[in-house]
Amino acid sequence: MDRFLFLTVDGLSHGAVYAAFALALVIIWRGTRIVNFAQGVLAVATSYLAYTVSGRSGSYWLGFAAALVAGLVLGAIVERLVMRRVENAPPLNAVIVALGLVLVAQGVLGMIYGNQYLPFPAPFSRSAMTVGGVPLLSHFDLFVLGTVLLLMLVLAVLFTRSATGLRMRAAAFAPPVARLLGVRVGRMLTLGWALAALVGALAGMLVIPTGLGLHPTAMDTVFVSAFTAAVVGGLDSPVGAVVGGLLVGLVLSYVAGYLGAGTTPLAVLGLLVVVLLARPAGLFSGAQARRV
Amino acid sequence: MSALLEVEGLTAGYDGVPVLHEVDLRVPAGTICAVLGANGAGKTTLLRALSGLVRPSAGRVVFDGVPMGDVPTERLVRRGVGHVPEGRGVIEELSVEENLMLGGAWRLGWSGLFGSGRAGLRRDLDEVYQLFPPLRARRRHPGHQLSGGERQMLALGRALVGRPRLLLLDEPSLGLAPRVIAQTMALLRRLRDETGLTVLLVEQNVRSALSIADSGVVMSLGRVVATDDASRLAADADLRHAYLGF
Repeated sequence: MDRFLFLTVDGLSHGAVYAAFALALVIIWRGTRIVNFAQGVLAVATSYLAYTVSGRSGSYWLGFAAALVAGLVLGAIVERLVMRRVENAPPLNAVIVALGLVLVAQGVLGMIYGNQYLPFPAPFSRSAMTVGGVPLLSHFDLFVLGTVLLLMLVLAVLFTRSATGLRMRAAAFAPPVARLLGVRVGRMLTLGWALAALVGALAGMLVIPTGLGLHPTAMDTVFVSAFTAAVVGGLDSPVGAVVGGLLVGLVLSYVAGYLGAGTTPLAVLGLLVVVLLARPAGLFSGAQARRV
Repeated sequence: MSALLEVEGLTAGYDGVPVLHEVDLRVPAGTICAVLGANGAGKTTLLRALSGLVRPSAGRVVFDGVPMGDVPTERLVRRGVGHVPEGRGVIEELSVEENLMLGGAWRLGWSGLFGSGRAGLRRDLDEVYQLFPPLRARRRHPGHQLSGGERQMLALGRALVGRPRLLLLDEPSLGLAPRVIAQTMALLRRLRDETGLTVLLVEQNVRSALSIADSGVVMSLGRVVATDDASRLAADADLRHAYLGF
């Protein structure tokens, strides 16, 4: 029972990061109908920047802030310079371009920083606090959960309560109508990518300290888990992304804890297959609105 | 009388194939001009060319004395042009209230719904709710749950929240019950008389359109074949038989 509790808390902590990363995928999917396969490597790039800034300045938080700002800028640049050219092309073009971006960026990062794992510290202790004799969650887990919760609140308010969020949703759902109503659709798409890359950068800062360290491929497995989470949630639904993320986190934690870490890739795939068989549109697609 | 909208020699089409051929049009301020014609006459393309959704290959559009040639679609609403597109353009995923807010969102800044513009927008929404009481009852419902009549109200209301001086309306009567069509037409007439709204009204429902219009143009195969007062167009039996089918 103690082990179950520990695995649950650990799963939720990881799941929160998957949820954030999945949310970033959903933001871009809703705006451009593109799955951003380059999202993992963008988050790695911003984490490397944090590594450099923290190393030079000696301040973890300066590096943290640099990663978030860099995410915002990098997302906008990638949309404007690269993805805009394939936004109206067949879907496969965007996939190929994004995968190309992954190869180039991983190569460049490897050339700059080397292809070995670099130590990437957590800002808080990662050793679990014991509650009633049971080791439960660490200060870092609390930081992760709190940060992701705050992120979700901010995004929810932005999208549902602000004029910019309303414009972004209109641009995503009905671009020509949005233009007639004065929404600059192109600008909203850029903003969506910037926002998604910011969320990705944050997720990178939260998850890389729990792995082997910083490496050009450090986010690859996280991307697979988050992608599964987003698809499980329905790709179109922010709430679905969050629930999907937590679900994937829990499943992976239980599987790794009871069956061994080697089986987790299979578990991710299994979860994806089961959900797609039972509800092909995802758990939270709801009554799909008709597109006319 | 000075014209709010002047169109000269407008030629436009899709993928290089012209649909509109040298269309001329004058709509004086505070009047309703009906654009009539059969399917495929180019009526919708005319509105799309006026909004910049289709780029004209030749001709001139002057709105309120200012050439509109290179004004992007996104800017038109700021200049005072509202366009209710074919099929009404209700955004299905957004609620009724969100659709309406979007109509006036161009007047808000970044934060918008929290900020200073909010009170003004609220008043505009209340006016629309007074005009169309069913929308108030449905304000939290997503667009895809609305009936045809409610969609029409929402599309028209959303355009009005944008405070247009010129309203481009694409077939408002399509798919509506006769009673609802009559109400819509009466409302347009009232808006013209009370607020000085100028309307370019594309319609297949010729009788309804001519009953409220001041002037009309008849289009056929992308050309304007007749321009006259609405009453004279309605009385021209030859024209009706040839182009309007009644």
